[in-house]
Amino acid sequence: MGIFEALKKKFGFGLEPSVPVLTARSSTMKKIEINPITRLEGHGKIAIFLDDDGNVDDAFFQTVEFRGFEKFLQGMPMEEVPRTVSTVCGVCRGVHFTAAMKASDGVFGVTPPPAGRKLRELFFNAHYVEDHSVILYALGLPDFVVGPESNPAERNVVGLINAVGADVGREVLRRRGLAVKIFELLGGKPNHPVAAIPGGWSKQLNEEERRQIEEWSKELVGLGELTLKVFADVVLKNDKYMELVTGDMYRVEVGYMGSVDAQDRITYYDGTQKVIDSQGAVIGTFQGKEYLDFISERVQPWTYLKFPYQKKIGDWKGMVEGPGTNIYCVGPLARMNVVKGMDTPLAQQHFEQFHATFGARPVHNILAYHWARAIELLNAAEKCLQLSRDPEITSKDTWNKPTTCTGEGVGIIEAPRGTLIHHYLTDGKGMVTDANLIVATTHNNAPINLAVKKAAKHFIKNGNVAQGMLNYVEMAFRPYDLCLACATHTLTNGQSPLAVDIFDSSGNVYKTLKNF
Amino acid sequence: MADKVKTAFLLAGGCAGCEMSVVDLSEGLVDALDALEIVFWAPTVADVKYKDLEDMPDKFIDLAFVDGMIRNSENLHTVQVLRRKSKILVAFGACATLGGIAALGDLHTKEELFSQAYKTSFSTDNPDGVFPTPEVLLDGKYNLTIPTFLDQCSTIDQVVEVEYYVGGCPPHPAFVGKLVGAILSGNLPPAGSWLTGGKAVCDICKRNPALTGQERLPVGEIKRTIDGRPDFDKCLLQQGYMCFGPVTQGDCGASCLNVNIPCRGCGGPIPGIKDFGARCVSTLASSMANDAVAEQFIEKYNNMAKMFYRYSHTASKLNHKIAGMKEK
Amino acid sequence: MSYNPNIVGFACQWCTYAGADLAGNLRAKYPPSIKLIKVPCSGRVEPEYVMEAFAQGADGVLIGGCHFGDCHYKTGNHKTSQRMKIFAKMLADTGFDAKRFRLEWISGAEGYRFAEVVEEFTKELQELGPNPLKGGTGHGR
Repeated sequence: MGIFEALKKKFGFGLEPSVPVLTARSSTMKKIEINPITRLEGHGKIAIFLDDDGNVDDAFFQTVEFRGFEKFLQGMPMEEVPRTVSTVCGVCRGVHFTAAMKASDGVFGVTPPPAGRKLRELFFNAHYVEDHSVILYALGLPDFVVGPESNPAERNVVGLINAVGADVGREVLRRRGLAVKIFELLGGKPNHPVAAIPGGWSKQLNEEERRQIEEWSKELVGLGELTLKVFADVVLKNDKYMELVTGDMYRVEVGYMGSVDAQDRITYYDGTQKVIDSQGAVIGTFQGKEYLDFISERVQPWTYLKFPYQKKIGDWKGMVEGPGTNIYCVGPLARMNVVKGMDTPLAQQHFEQFHATFGARPVHNILAYHWARAIELLNAAEKCLQLSRDPEITSKDTWNKPTTCTGEGVGIIEAPRGTLIHHYLTDGKGMVTDANLIVATTHNNAPINLAVKKAAKHFIKNGNVAQGMLNYVEMAFRPYDLCLACATHTLTNGQSPLAVDIFDSSGNVYKTLKNF
Repeated sequence: MADKVKTAFLLAGGCAGCEMSVVDLSEGLVDALDALEIVFWAPTVADVKYKDLEDMPDKFIDLAFVDGMIRNSENLHTVQVLRRKSKILVAFGACATLGGIAALGDLHTKEELFSQAYKTSFSTDNPDGVFPTPEVLLDGKYNLTIPTFLDQCSTIDQVVEVEYYVGGCPPHPAFVGKLVGAILSGNLPPAGSWLTGGKAVCDICKRNPALTGQERLPVGEIKRTIDGRPDFDKCLLQQGYMCFGPVTQGDCGASCLNVNIPCRGCGGPIPGIKDFGARCVSTLASSMANDAVAEQFIEKYNNMAKMFYRYSHTASKLNHKIAGMKEK
Repeated sequence: MSYNPNIVGFACQWCTYAGADLAGNLRAKYPPSIKLIKVPCSGRVEPEYVMEAFAQGADGVLIGGCHFGDCHYKTGNHKTSQRMKIFAKMLADTGFDAKRFRLEWISGAEGYRFAEVVEEFTKELQELGPNPLKGGTGHGR
C-alpha cells in the first residue's frame, strides 16, 4: 500500500477546509510533551515550547479525547437519558444524571413533589462528599503530602496512604465509602445511578434507611472537618506551600460563574446562575435556556475541547486574563467568589476564614481551589445530615406522574467541578431530537491554558525539565479538578485535512502529500 | 513474604467509572495494596507516563486492567503496548468487553457527530469553520498534535488477546473485592473466560416469581418508566417494564431493581450468548403475549438498536462490520 | 449487473421444510440461491443466527414457519412472529437493509408457494445487490 493510501486509510478524506491548511513540518522549537497528564479524569497532554535559551516561549493544554453523546442520544426516550448520559463520566458519577433528570422534568412539564426533590438533593450532596474526597485525597493532595518534586512512583494516593499511615488512610476511605453507600441506597448503583424519573425519584426511604443515612452523615461531617484539618496542617501552616498558594505563578485573573440560592448563598442542586467579571462586578444572572444569552464556545484546531467565553462582556478576544477579559471559570473557587456565604454553620466559619486569608475578592489564586473544595465537602456533608433529618424525607409521595410533553428542557446544576448545563429537545412522545451539553471543565479550558502557560514560564528555566519541574506545571491544572471525559463528550470527525511536506537533507521540499 | 503482584490500570476510551469501583473498595483498598503493587495507573491516579510504560521490559506487569473501549489512535497504541508488557490482561467493564454506551456513536456517521459538536450545537461560535486536526503548526512555530479519531470503536479483544472479561457499568465494588480475592488466591477459570458468579440478574432478583412458586405470565401491556409506578415486590418484566434481567449477568446483585428501575444489561450477557442485543430481543419478545404487544413496544421505545445494543454494539460482529463500512 | 444471491434459509421441519421437499416432488422451478437449515420449529431460530449469517456475508436470510394454528409446538410460531417483528426494526436501526430479511409462513402442502417465495426473494436481492459487508473492513481477529 502506498504512503498516500496509508494516509487516506488512517485519516480519511477530510471535510473541505475553510481555513488554510497548516503544513506540518519539523519545527525549530524544542518541544517537551507531558503525555499523558496524570491525576485527573480523562486524557490530555501539555506541550511546552522552549526558545534557544531553554526558557518557555509558550505552553498549550490539549485535550485529546471525545465520544459524541449529543448525537447518539437522539432517538432515545427522554426518561432513559439520565442513566445513559451518566456514562459521560464515571468520576463525576452523579452529575450528568442529575442535570439530565432536571431537564427531563422540563421536557415532560412536571415538577417533583417536595419529598422527591429532597431525595434528589440528599443523593446529590452525598455525591459531592465522595467526589470531592477522591479529588482531594487521590488526585490533588499527594502533591502536598508527598511533595511536588518527589518520586513519581510515590506521588499518588498510595504514597499518601503510606505518608499518613494505613490507619488514617483506612479511616478516610471508610468514611468516604459511607457517602458512596448513601449514593447507592438512593440511586440504585454506587456509580451511574438509575433512580431518576421525570417528575421525581423512584426510591422511597423507610425509617430504618433514613436512620442509617443520618448515622452515616454524622461521620461524613467528621470527614469534612478532618479534611480541612489536613489541609490546614499540610498546606496553610507550610510557608513554602503558602508561597505557591499566594504567589503569582499560580494566579489567573478571570471572571467567575456559579449558582446562588434566594439569599445569595451556595447551592448545588438548583439555583440561579450568577456571573461576575474579573474585578468582581456582577455581569448578570440567568436560569434555564437564558444560558444561550451569556455563553458562546470557540473552536481551536489543536484540541478537541471548545473554549467558552461570556459574550455579554464582548466578542472572543483570545485567551487573555486581567480586567476586561471575557474568560471565566467555574468550580469550588468560582463558587467561593460568587456567593455571599454558605448555607450550613460549620462550612460558613471556614468560608469566612478563607476570605480573611486572601483579603481581596475575587480570589484569583488557583491553588485555593483545593481549600474551597474541602469547605464544600464539609458543607455537603452538613446538608446530608440536615436532609436526613427532614420529616418529609421518608414520605411515599416522591413522584408526580407526567401528563404532557412540552418538547424542551434545560437542566442546570453546580457539579463538583462547576456549572453543568444539559439542554434537550424532544418530539411529542418525548424522544430526543437534539441535545446540547456544556460541561464544567469546558468552561475552564481557557483559564487552564493560562494557568499552565504561566506555571511553565515560571518553573522551567534554562532548559531544566526535570520531572519535578514538569510536575509543578501539572500542578497548575490539578486544582481545576479536570474531567476531560465530561468536557469532550462530543464527537468530532477526526478526519481532518492534512498536508505533509517531506524535506531532503538540504532542507528542500522533495515531496508533498495531501489527503484532499 | 511473597512478591507483590505488579498491577496496572489503563483508561482507554471510557469514563473511568470502572477505576472508581476499585477506589470504592474503600478501606478494602488499603488491604488490597498489601498484595498489589501499582506500577502504572494512567491517566487517573499515578504519575507514571506513557513513555515509562514503553520503557518497561516485556511481561514486566503481572496483571493489567483496561477500562474503556478503543476510540482513537492513542487508545489503540497504548493498549497494544500494555499487552506486550503484561502477563495477564483483563478487559474491565462494559466498554472494554462489549463497547459500552459511548460506542453507540458508531450508529452515526462521523460527519453527523462532527457537525453536531463543532458546527450546529446551540452555543457554538465557529465563524471560520475550524475543526480539531491531528497535526497543526500554530503561528508558524508551534507543532501541536492530537490523536486521530478512529473510524469505529473496538472492544479490547478485537485488537489484542485478552485473558479475562469483567462486565458491569461499572463492576460493583463488592464484586471487584471478590475478584481481587480470587486473583490473589489463584482461583481463576481458564483464560478467555468471563469472571462472573454465573447467575443471571433474575436468579438474584428478589422479585423473581419463581421464588414464590408463581408461573411467569405473558406481558400484556408495555410501559415506559413514566407510565406508572411499578409494584415494589413484583417482577418488573411481568408488569410490562422492559427489564433485561433474564439474559444479563447478575454480579451487581440486581442493583437497579432495588430502586424499582429495570435492568438494562450492563453486566454483560450470561454465558452462551454470541450477540447480546439479539438475544435480548429474543427473550423480551418471547415474554410478550402477542404481536400487538410487540408493536406497542416498538412504538413506545422507538430506536431498537439504541435500546438493545446499549452496552454491546461493538461486540456484535454484524454491527462492528456495519460501522466499519458506513459513509464517512 | 446480476449476481447469484446467497440466501440462508431456516426452515421448520414440520411445515416449510416439508413444503420445500414437496416443491422438489412437483418439479417446481426456483433458483438455486437458497441453502436450507432444518430446525424443529421456527421458534428455534435465534435472531443471533440471522445476525451471524449477515455478518458472514449472506445476501439474504429467510425464516419459514407454520401458519398460525398449525405449529407443532402450539405457540412457537407466535414467538417467532413477535421476535422477528422487533428484530427487523432493530436490524434497520443498526443501519442494515432489513429488506434482506424475510419471515414467511409456508405449510407442508405449499410446494409451489415455496418456489414462488424463493424466486421472488432472489429477484429482490438481485436488485438490492450483494451484501455490502462481504469482505468488510472491521478490525478482526
